[in-house]
Amino acid sequence: MLKAVQGETMDRRDFIKVVSTAGSGFVLGFYIPYTNKLNGKTVAPIIFEPNAWIKVKSDNMVQIIVAKSEMGQGVLTSLPMIIAEEMDLDWSKIIVEKAPADQKKYGWQMTGGSNSVSGGYNKLRQAGATAREMFVMAAAQEWGILSSECKTHNGIVIHESTGRELSYGDLAKKASLQKVPKNPKLKAKQDFSIIGQNVKRTDTLPKVNGTAQFALDVQLDGMLYATVVHSPVFGGKLKSFNEASVNDISGVTNIFEIENGLAIVTQNTWAALKAKKQIEINWDEGEAAGLDSEKIRKDLLDASKEKGGVVRKEGNVKKALKLSENQIEAIYESPLQAHATMEPMNCTAYVQREKCQVWAGTQDPNGARKIASKITGLSKKQVEVNVTFLGGGFGRRAFNDFVKEAVEISNEMKKPVKLTWSREEDMQHDYYRPPSLHVMKGAFDQNNKLSVWKHRITAPSILFSQIVKMPFPFKEKVDIIAVEGAKHLPYKIPNIQVDYQMTKTLIPLGWWRSVYNSQNAFANECFMDELAEKVEKDPVQFRLELLPKSSRDTGVIKMVAEKSGWDQFKNGPNYQGISCHKSFGTWVAQVARVSVENKKVKVHEVFCAVDCGIVINPAIVKAQISSAIIYGLSATLKSKITIKNGRVAQYNFDDFEVIRMNEAPKIHIYLTESDAQPKGVGEPGLPPIAPAVVNAVYAATGNRIRELPIKLS
Amino acid sequence: MSEFSLIINGEQRTVNVDSDTPLLWVIRDTLGYTGTKFGCGRGLCGACTIHLDGEATRSCVTSIDMVEDNSEITTIEGLSEDNPHPIQQAWLEEDVPQCGYCQSGQIMTASALLKRNPNPDETDIDSAMKMNICRCGTYPQIKKAIFSAANNAQSSTGGDDG
Ligand code: FES
Ligand code: FES
Repeated sequence: MLKAVQGETMDRRDFIKVVSTAGSGFVLGFYIPYTNKLNGKTVAPIIFEPNAWIKVKSDNMVQIIVAKSEMGQGVLTSLPMIIAEEMDLDWSKIIVEKAPADQKKYGWQMTGGSNSVSGGYNKLRQAGATAREMFVMAAAQEWGILSSECKTHNGIVIHESTGRELSYGDLAKKASLQKVPKNPKLKAKQDFSIIGQNVKRTDTLPKVNGTAQFALDVQLDGMLYATVVHSPVFGGKLKSFNEASVNDISGVTNIFEIENGLAIVTQNTWAALKAKKQIEINWDEGEAAGLDSEKIRKDLLDASKEKGGVVRKEGNVKKALKLSENQIEAIYESPLQAHATMEPMNCTAYVQREKCQVWAGTQDPNGARKIASKITGLSKKQVEVNVTFLGGGFGRRAFNDFVKEAVEISNEMKKPVKLTWSREEDMQHDYYRPPSLHVMKGAFDQNNKLSVWKHRITAPSILFSQIVKMPFPFKEKVDIIAVEGAKHLPYKIPNIQVDYQMTKTLIPLGWWRSVYNSQNAFANECFMDELAEKVEKDPVQFRLELLPKSSRDTGVIKMVAEKSGWDQFKNGPNYQGISCHKSFGTWVAQVARVSVENKKVKVHEVFCAVDCGIVINPAIVKAQISSAIIYGLSATLKSKITIKNGRVAQYNFDDFEVIRMNEAPKIHIYLTESDAQPKGVGEPGLPPIAPAVVNAVYAATGNRIRELPIKLS
Repeated sequence: MSEFSLIINGEQRTVNVDSDTPLLWVIRDTLGYTGTKFGCGRGLCGACTIHLDGEATRSCVTSIDMVEDNSEITTIEGLSEDNPHPIQQAWLEEDVPQCGYCQSGQIMTASALLKRNPNPDETDIDSAMKMNICRCGTYPQIKKAIFSAANNAQSSTGGDDG
């Protein structure tokens, strides 16, 4: 099995700096090890830097730069694998380095939308192939032969007929003088030797010995600590606070208002957390104070009576409904959800006169840079954003509210400050998955063929929500993100209408793993189960009959049915349910096996077939799918956010309960063989789990669950 | 502020902190061992798990004045000296971590479990490990790693090979 140099991988990230001079279109650089953590090991200079992603060093080591945030999804392994493949590198001679925020150099650095591999694949292959070709050109020049006489393998150029060899390190200087090839040759899939392998993750060692640096672990000389108290009611404003109420807590140094609330600055984290609990504050609660979950639900229901913006229309739904004598309608509902990443929001910032440094676990480093520059009045060049490991992202860390606060506080103190939110603030001041309500209608013709599908999504829009103002230039009142997974229903039905009714909310909304796909898949795939039952069809057969034989939906459904033994399975004491959903370019079908005892659902096993195109690293793909299943299972069986008097009613993991080890099912994942472009894997495992479980619960109890999390009465 | 002395990862240390300070913050802020994580602050998630005289302990709800003088504290950094602990070894083999944030706590809980019970069955593992949340859902990988660490330890000590 392939193995990367693990010890060096992470240690070097923070002391690499390249001073560059331009030479024939390249950047020649060298290293300035300003903190050498390798205890006296010398750091070899960089000789050849063909592009932003690759730095070849004289000692044959190759640094590969990753400009996406590592939040567990494995980008520090999968992205380097793509480059190493095309460059024909020796995987054991790779050093993985995390890029700081630098949009000019690295382009779009936002990590999200399951897009790191799918969006980077072609670009990184090109980058690797370009470098490889330049080594070949350099060797050919050296030996006075044609490039076509050379091949490459494991970081070495070989002259086939004579057996002569030169390593990339030896050739680096000469390679840097070659002309950059415009169209380097890419490998054929059958020649891949790294892509498709279970390459070990490059970030495991620091994560098992405690050295992995998360933002919360940053420690600077003279650093102060801080926490922020936010208005418990969304949108509320600070009226006054009683400084004397925390007089008895030692270590409190400053208390002041910032835009998002009240900052408490202290000499250690404990003093901050204590003072946060104890301090007396008066809030002007504002208009959200009257909000509660009942009202949110009623508003959605009322709004769902009106037709929304139509995003898909085929056939003539009205006419077909008139002709049908067999129709059903159902309403599905999903609640607000919190991300609840394991690492609470936090950030360390150090604002000085001429520069600002930020250490943050952010999915959006350039956004963080912009914010810091705005607050401090420094140019973006003067702002350095160091992306640490992220203790979970799931979409939460695409928002930089915590960065903004840390920079504001350090700007005031002119000292390094580590801001740490309590778990309670984290739970109560998330950007939540929106609540949604889905009115479904289906009808059959005289031959019992499904003739109508109607789906009306009613939900507030993340893009257009009142509190989060996103800079997207959408004109119409249709939010394309809110209808993801609903608009592209794969089933062939002659009359289809999907529309979206946008509502407003004062609750901050955000991207929650798989975004609206989670709610839309729940409605689609549970309703499909209802429809199948209506015409007494097996749920797998019913789906397959509505899909083209060669479609990838058919592929994953057939695969999961076969692997799980769907047809042979006998219901009782466990029961099964199926679902299928495509999101972020990846098709996923799941079969869940559950039992119900004393109104409690236990999920025993989940079978899952995945078609994500070319698989970069099967082990990482499987780990991501498994992770998404368990994350989705928390929202299926346990967690939800409710609102009372304008505030979140949950505080911590005792009232926002998530799946623990004793509740985690056995998960079996199967990947299809495919030559298609690789697509996302961080999110697509999530949407099918709720409907698969809910459909199994119906099989077990005859109870149609149309509201999550599942509650049996 | 009061003075407390403790032994952390084999080293004798004296700290001057408020007596209600949880061990978690003494370990992280005062002593600088940041491998131990803050997750909930209320004993609900296990991210802060350390060994206190060999027992898996939630350091966020254990204030320093509850700890006897010269108690032995082990954090993830002190779990093994030269060779990674069999649990860490198994974690490496299985590539358990995803985001990694919960993993120090998972490893400390798991290593205490194996010390107490070198041959746990699935129920033993579930009941010990359910104290530790992993939002990345690495439970299947954790379970596999614990079984393999137990097996490895068994076979290397010439114990039963089941
Ligand atoms: S931080 Fe101690 S149990 Fe969660
Ligand atoms: S690995 Fe991310 S929380 Fe466990």
